[in-house]
Amino acid sequence: MSVTPRRRLHLAAHFPGVNNTTVWSDPRSGSQIDFASFTHLARTAERGRFDFFFLAEGLRLRELKGRVHDLDVAGRPESLTVLSALAAVTRRLGLAGTVNTTFNEPYELARRLATLDHLSEGRAAWNVVTTSDAFTGENFRRGGFLDRADRYKRAAEFVRLSRELWDSWSPDAVAADQEAGVFVRHGGIGAVEHHGEHFTVTGRFTVPRSPQGRPVIIQAGDSDEGREFAAATADVVFSRHSTLEAGRAFQTDVKRRLARHGRRPHQLKIMPGVTYALGDTEEDAAERAAEIRRQQVGPRTAIAFLEQVWGRDMSAHDPEGPLPDVEPDLSGEVSQGRVPLADRAATAAAWRALAEEKGLTIRELVIEVTGRQTFVGTPESVARQMIAHVEAGAADGFVLVPHLTPGGLDEFVDRVVPLLQERGAFRSEYGGETLHDHLELT
Amino acid sequence: MTLHLAVALDGAGWHPAAWRRPPATPSALFTARYWAALAGESEYGLLDFITIEDGFGLQSTRADGPDERADQVRGRLDAVLTASRIAPLTSRIGLIPTATTTHTEPFHVAMGIATLDHVSGGRAGWRPQVSARRSEARHFGRREFPPLDPVHRADDPHTRALFEEAADAVEAARRLWDSWEDDAEIRDLATGRFLDRDKIHHIDFAGRFFSVKGPAITPRPPQGQPVVAALAHSRLPYEFAAAAADLVFVTPHSADEARAVVAEVRELSADLKIFADLVVFLGDGAAARKARLDELDGAELASDAAIFTGTASELAELLLDWRRAGVQGFRLRPGALPYDLEQITRGVTAELRRRGAFRTRYEAATLRGLLGLPRPASRYASGHLEVR
Repeated sequence: MSVTPRRRLHLAAHFPGVNNTTVWSDPRSGSQIDFASFTHLARTAERGRFDFFFLAEGLRLRELKGRVHDLDVAGRPESLTVLSALAAVTRRLGLAGTVNTTFNEPYELARRLATLDHLSEGRAAWNVVTTSDAFTGENFRRGGFLDRADRYKRAAEFVRLSRELWDSWSPDAVAADQEAGVFVRHGGIGAVEHHGEHFTVTGRFTVPRSPQGRPVIIQAGDSDEGREFAAATADVVFSRHSTLEAGRAFQTDVKRRLARHGRRPHQLKIMPGVTYALGDTEEDAAERAAEIRRQQVGPRTAIAFLEQVWGRDMSAHDPEGPLPDVEPDLSGEVSQGRVPLADRAATAAAWRALAEEKGLTIRELVIEVTGRQTFVGTPESVARQMIAHVEAGAADGFVLVPHLTPGGLDEFVDRVVPLLQERGAFRSEYGGETLHDHLELT
Repeated sequence: MTLHLAVALDGAGWHPAAWRRPPATPSALFTARYWAALAGESEYGLLDFITIEDGFGLQSTRADGPDERADQVRGRLDAVLTASRIAPLTSRIGLIPTATTTHTEPFHVAMGIATLDHVSGGRAGWRPQVSARRSEARHFGRREFPPLDPVHRADDPHTRALFEEAADAVEAARRLWDSWEDDAEIRDLATGRFLDRDKIHHIDFAGRFFSVKGPAITPRPPQGQPVVAALAHSRLPYEFAAAAADLVFVTPHSADEARAVVAEVRELSADLKIFADLVVFLGDGAAARKARLDELDGAELASDAAIFTGTASELAELLLDWRRAGVQGFRLRPGALPYDLEQITRGVTAELRRRGAFRTRYEAATLRGLLGLPRPASRYASGHLEVR
């Protein structure tokens, strides 16, 4: 018995990141920088007929107490450069890179993105991020700090200007007519004149219009400004709302905003980032999920998490012992290169209450409050949960975040994807050539 | 000893009318398969490396700004991404894209080249290039540049500052490439540490134009230091090359000029590898082919580099003659692609081999290895020894 779902879902694969979600202590953990790891992940995603492969960005190594954080995986390639290489070892998979608008100039980045779209024959995507801080800015010549409202204004103008550049070559500008001796049609390369609040750019773009016209635009911000920016500009939202209730609320809110910008619901796909643990039985899956979380939160990682909230050195305390009777130092800033926790006093109080209620050690507490997998179960139950999520209007699809490099996607593609396909909830073959086609944006 | 041989790839070749006659495929210039085929052919010829041109302005017959000509190739893809796209399709040939230092972030450029080195397994290089043009500065809108002075260009303060900035960008990149020592990643289960933080370093670069704190986000490239190459026509860029680069492309027009240029460069650096650039039209009908292209373009080809027309055998003789003047290698600029490239990879290499002057197989797996450059230890490694 099976019911054909009304909606087909979209899938993307996140390359395992450089925080404690990615487990390196497992013997199966491979290199985070060898191109072979990227190739394996991307080809696995393509074998699973995924929409796209996704790379996050981090422009400064995290530091703790003024020193490089040494507990988690670190070291990543420049996103667009490695995506361009991946275009050579994949054929249909979309290639999405996260690139900051604060530490780049539109003319240069628009060129690089248009190039990636050419070299991948229409598979490029750009995750537009604005998160930035003075700490990261120390690596850049124009790395100043912008407050949130200004960051989004700059980002919006950045994307607008990029579009002007991408649109400045007419689709048929390159004639390449040997007989007539016409390489560029007269008037085919338009002049760009942009005079805005953040950018003044005049002249000609140097890259012909790319196969998709422009890369697919992804957006991940969650604030009111971020949601409005997504509704106005993005094709995909990489959302953090992975639970059913939060996903529905988010999807309703963002899709409601589309009409204001003259857009229809299918033109913006909402894809929350999700984690998963699979097993042959529900019990087996639950045990594997717990084991992964123990690997993600080692003894020293537990202490490091505690220090982020407490704002003081906690290294003298036993991670396998109880939470010490120490108050947080609310003046201390111990971690840089991470989003600061909003209200440390409240978080500390909540953690203490939870630890006392359940009798948890420091490490058990941190395992309890961080990184629970979104989907845990047998392949059948995970497929069912995902379909239900989409049917309920909580998402258009998912960005899967594996916990292992490079094999973390294998089991999902081998065991869950066929079930999604059998149930008509996911494509069995790529229908089109470009990422724009895969996402069914038209 | 093998003579070093490289090719410079750009558009349909270095003659502005090269795209107009078969076997040129002008409609494919912006596709990956076009670049992959050229790289594959170059590797088939066992060449040391290819370079890929780039810039922040449209090609133009004017010194500054677009010229509205419809009969020449206009438009270019980003060179670093193009090099990366062909890296997985090749296995031995070096890849040296051009990236501008003037309007870019040194941090991004350095990470892009480091990534190219990881992706290619140690075959990356970088040709830093300055952008003096006012029209290109206006694509960024951050700096107002003076009009170009074509006569005093090499000496004016504007150009001097651009080269100073380029030298800073290379220095920052080199420090970033060293900022992770080779054994910084330890994956030590006993202590729970992925990194040895004592082997990862802030670079604290602070110059007149920018500062970069570091460390790199990308682990040390396989070559340690990717190869830096500079094109230079006069004293100021020679000084830049001597201070910043591993390799310099020079443009003498005769063996005597080559001797003089080598002498001048050698005063500045004993180690810099010196390559001479030549635009080449090859084959039996080379002169006629070039004349026909000149006619189509309405002007005789002008170039900063010497222009050679002749047979593969004649070119081999010339290269060996210039080698005796102290040039260690050549970067040939094919007049028309793919024709003149194939003449190089199939003809010139065979002629050189007959004279015992060119390799019969790749003797190293990295670009530094092919060029005979040692893999340097990180400058931040304690008690580091230069491995010679």
